[in-house]
Amino acid sequence: MNHSSSAVELKNVVKKFDEVTAVDDIDLTIGDGEFFSLLGPSGCGKTTTLRMIAGLELPTAGSVLIHGEEMGLKPPNKRPVNTVFQNYALFPHMTVAGNIEFGLQMQKVPKEERSELIEWAINLVEMDGLSHRKPTQLSGGQQQRVALARALVNRPEVLLLDEPLGALDLKLRQQMQIELKNLQREVGITFIYVTHDQEEAVTMSDRIGVMHEGKLLQIGTPEDIYERPTTRFVADFIGRSNFLEATVASENEVVLSNGDRLQLQSDHETGESVAITVRPERLTIHKKRENSTNQHQIDGVVDSVVYLGNAIVYSIAIDWMKLEVRSSETSNSRYSIGDEVTVSFDPSYVSVVSG
Amino acid sequence: MKKVSPPGLEKQAIKAKARQGFFIGLPSIAYLLIFFIIPLGYVIAYSFATRSRSGRTELRDWNVDAYIRLGEDVVQAVAWRSLWIAVLTTVICLLLAYPLAFFISTRRPVIRNLLLVGIMIPFWSNFLIRTYAWRVLLSSDGLFTKVVEGLGLGDGRILFTRPAVILGLVYGYLPFMVLPLYASIDRINWSLVEGARDLYASGWKAFRRIVWPLSRPGVVAGSILVFVPSFGAYVTPAILGGNKESLMGSYIVDQFMDARNGPLGSSLSVLVLGVMLIGTMIYFRQGGRNL
Repeated sequence: MNHSSSAVELKNVVKKFDEVTAVDDIDLTIGDGEFFSLLGPSGCGKTTTLRMIAGLELPTAGSVLIHGEEMGLKPPNKRPVNTVFQNYALFPHMTVAGNIEFGLQMQKVPKEERSELIEWAINLVEMDGLSHRKPTQLSGGQQQRVALARALVNRPEVLLLDEPLGALDLKLRQQMQIELKNLQREVGITFIYVTHDQEEAVTMSDRIGVMHEGKLLQIGTPEDIYERPTTRFVADFIGRSNFLEATVASENEVVLSNGDRLQLQSDHETGESVAITVRPERLTIHKKRENSTNQHQIDGVVDSVVYLGNAIVYSIAIDWMKLEVRSSETSNSRYSIGDEVTVSFDPSYVSVVSG
Repeated sequence: MKKVSPPGLEKQAIKAKARQGFFIGLPSIAYLLIFFIIPLGYVIAYSFATRSRSGRTELRDWNVDAYIRLGEDVVQAVAWRSLWIAVLTTVICLLLAYPLAFFISTRRPVIRNLLLVGIMIPFWSNFLIRTYAWRVLLSSDGLFTKVVEGLGLGDGRILFTRPAVILGLVYGYLPFMVLPLYASIDRINWSLVEGARDLYASGWKAFRRIVWPLSRPGVVAGSILVFVPSFGAYVTPAILGGNKESLMGSYIVDQFMDARNGPLGSSLSVLVLGVMLIGTMIYFRQGGRNL
């Protein structure tokens, strides 16, 4: 076996359905033992990408490698991966134990070993005592655990998860997020996790790949993706963002629409119209003309105030647009509608993206 | 302030609800009573009646002689032959219909509907006429005979033989096998098959362990829908078999018309009815109500 450090590698992978390009020339390397999320809105090609790794779809062009081995036309049953399907795909005519045993039977694992592994898997997902139930007699969360156990019992090299928490309610989903992450650490298997929920991806992943219209826009740690988005789509899709239209003046200066000059590094060409993006919580609000340590500031008027308990969200009208500011300062120095204020920001938390 | 309904009102409502469908259903209830339940009562009564010397069935001296006669060799031979032909017809229909139903359910919706309509087109013309059409095809200078002989497959003249009867029965009842099979295969969530493939099952294993067991309600329903009418078939054996071999259907007719033995004809009818009833019960037990 090839012990290169990459678990899964996609090289120039393209998938077309008739004339529709679902996945458009993706290059991606996922490390061994990594929790990697493919994040994007529905129809962005993330599930198709996952299915190509599983062998449930074959790429139109490019190649899929698992642990350095070219998968080519290999059918799903010949690939060292297992999938947790979005709707779980539990076999309705088999019990919980039967579902978990299925993969082991197919691999011709001896009987005694099978029962040991089934017990291990049932323990792992805390489903003790329910092994003789049919899937229809289980709650959504329990079905989800069985689907997980059924895949993990085979000790795959890579586990593929297609929105596995999508059908659960919020509370259970948040609880399962933590459990999944712990489980992944415990078993040390590479997880490739498809989701449209940015919070889920940020909470669990070592790295995230953001997809849009078949293209992989940005790959990075949750922090990279959140703090340093490289495209407007990524900044907009993950969390909330303010976008200020600007023009590149030189490689370290941009000009806002009101003529203000900001010292910001960017690799965009001079004269190009761009947007600078800044998160609401990275904006600081002050009384007007109060001195600020930040060199970058814009004057405006409070337009609305929304109290959230742990934070206050202000909408600040500046000359040409409105800015969203999130302040965790909820008791002291609250501002009211109509107050003249100054909004400032630290340039290290600002990204320049294509307009 | 709680509002309490006067006592008895609920009971009245329940009674009214129970009566609800009665008047709408009355015409069909009357129809079934006159043309089905009463004749059925006659058949059952006849089976315990006495046959007079002249061949009249007389409703007196009730006895079970007609049922004892069901044990006679002649009757047994007819029953087993009918059973065998019905089983063979069912198995052939199943073997032909399963791949077809599978094929249909995996097509695009447009093609799928076209194929389903195609399956039902034969019902637009009368069963008797279609069976007579087979007689033309199977005649010694008919298309079927010529094709078989042209291909060098031997003597194609099968008209008035058992193969012709089975051919006719399979032809007639195949749709009754295809439709329930299609319904149950179509209901199978395809992601279950993908799940099985993902869990190291080969295509064949995925079929054996997932598709086949989940389509079993369709297999049971289709088999009973074919088996039951095949067992009592009358028209097909008469037209394509030339009544050379006695089967249940024709044997019963013979008892009433030629032998003028009403009680035996009736006890045979009750026997066929019993077989059909058991079949129908299995059908409803095995998810027939989902179809």
